[in-house]
Amino acid sequence: MSTLNTRIEEKLYQNRYVVDAGKPHIKIKDHTVPSPELKSLVTTCPANCYSENEQGQVEIVADGCMECGTCRVVTAETGEVEWNYPRGGYGVLFKFG
Amino acid sequence: MATVQERFDAIVVGAGPAGNAAAYTMAKAGLKVLQLERGEYPGSKNVQGAILYADALEKIIPDFREDAPLERHVIEQRIWMMDDSSHTGMHYRSEDFNEEKPNRYTIIRAQFDRWFSSQVREAGGIVLCETTVTELVKDTKGNVIGVLTDRHGGPLLADVVVMAEGVNGLVGQRSGLRDELKPDNVALAVKEMHFLPQEVIESRFNLKGDAGVVIEAMGTITKGMTGTGFLYTNKESVSIGIGCIVSDMSKSGIKPYNLLDSFKSHPSIAPLIAGSEVKEYVAHLIPEGGFRAMPEIYGNGWIVAGDAAHLVNAVHREGSNLAMTSGRLAGETIVWLKRRREPCTSVNLAEYKKRLEDSFVLKDMRKYQKIPALLHGNRQLLDLYPRMMSGIAQTWLRVDGKAKTAKESEIFKSVRKQRGLAGLVADGLRFARAWR
Repeated sequence: MSTLNTRIEEKLYQNRYVVDAGKPHIKIKDHTVPSPELKSLVTTCPANCYSENEQGQVEIVADGCMECGTCRVVTAETGEVEWNYPRGGYGVLFKFG
Repeated sequence: MATVQERFDAIVVGAGPAGNAAAYTMAKAGLKVLQLERGEYPGSKNVQGAILYADALEKIIPDFREDAPLERHVIEQRIWMMDDSSHTGMHYRSEDFNEEKPNRYTIIRAQFDRWFSSQVREAGGIVLCETTVTELVKDTKGNVIGVLTDRHGGPLLADVVVMAEGVNGLVGQRSGLRDELKPDNVALAVKEMHFLPQEVIESRFNLKGDAGVVIEAMGTITKGMTGTGFLYTNKESVSIGIGCIVSDMSKSGIKPYNLLDSFKSHPSIAPLIAGSEVKEYVAHLIPEGGFRAMPEIYGNGWIVAGDAAHLVNAVHREGSNLAMTSGRLAGETIVWLKRRREPCTSVNLAEYKKRLEDSFVLKDMRKYQKIPALLHGNRQLLDLYPRMMSGIAQTWLRVDGKAKTAKESEIFKSVRKQRGLAGLVADGLRFARAWR
């Protein structure tokens, strides 16, 4: 597990971000048990933003987010993820795209 | 305190290929155009493989080759069907592609979009970056009359809003103009930029000067999911990526970056990128639901182009040309209405749809409308067949003292076992029917 996470961190380290401190553009609604869709984001998010805590709830740290929208699409029916574009100028800045 | 409320002929949301094509077309014709882009610069939020199709851009900026940032013109296309240790390839390379005005180029989108946007500015369009459109403004009758952003207090008003906001399309969605994307209808693609010295790329891909190679790959690389991989040669870098339908990805439990790393380590791919320096890792959604997943693309005071309109031809890996063409046709329709002093009502903007129908855009979208469902219900087309072909090739090519007749019957037996004759015929018919 840790080796995979190290690898994704290395990948994201190459990217440029302007983090809007204290204003995450993605939030997970409070829950006790996540839906299978929400839980699947722990693996499906390409920036590995989602993780499961000890209580089995899903948490997000959106700093490495590439704004692809996958998590919003996957949980559209369950409504567990609140997804907005970051404020203008913030978020990921692709050098090459 | 009186504030002068400036009104624009058109507001364009987004500065990708569709938005830039629309904004350029309208600004060039003398319309007062405001374009809003949420990134720090145009291109900073945009992702593509990327191949530029010259024809679509030529119809907007005929002499783009003079100063657009282009990487390599494509002289060779490889289509690879891969299993875990092999690839069966179909290659087409032609000296004819080394022409004065090449047909396809590899590009780097962040650079290209910035250039395209500079052309919009030169044509007289006002481009505001770092500005996220938060919602559409409607009048009491529900007609779209402008937008709200996160930067300006009041609404920005225009006769028409061109939504070229890309695949996520939140503005249109939240204004009730289209539905949220379905996990079956979008692919998640991840990509890395691998830098290598120019001469290394040229020797590995048998290239000279600005010529380039593109590889599209399918098979076991997507681990049973519907998707494809690609590798494109740029001047001093190679773009390598892989994408799969989101619903497949989410069910599989496979991490997208592990899928990419596994594709990169395939014995047919690894030597091509050996020793490279990775400078970026990106992810993006691609609308791949085809014609049947398209939303409404015009209404009272609004028009949609590009990925936001779901205009991608997944079979031919085309998207940016559909985006540019739809953006141009949206712009031309608006200019045409302005000159006739007609309002941008839904009835009048139907002309946009008509022009799209007359162009390759909707003709191609219609042609392949059954393909997404076909691939979704028949994953063997992408998994079993590449494996089967590899098995056939290997049996046939390995010289091992077996008689050729024995090899032939071995091949027939293995095909029968893997799919069966009825299965083969059914797949063939299904595919032919969907392709028509």
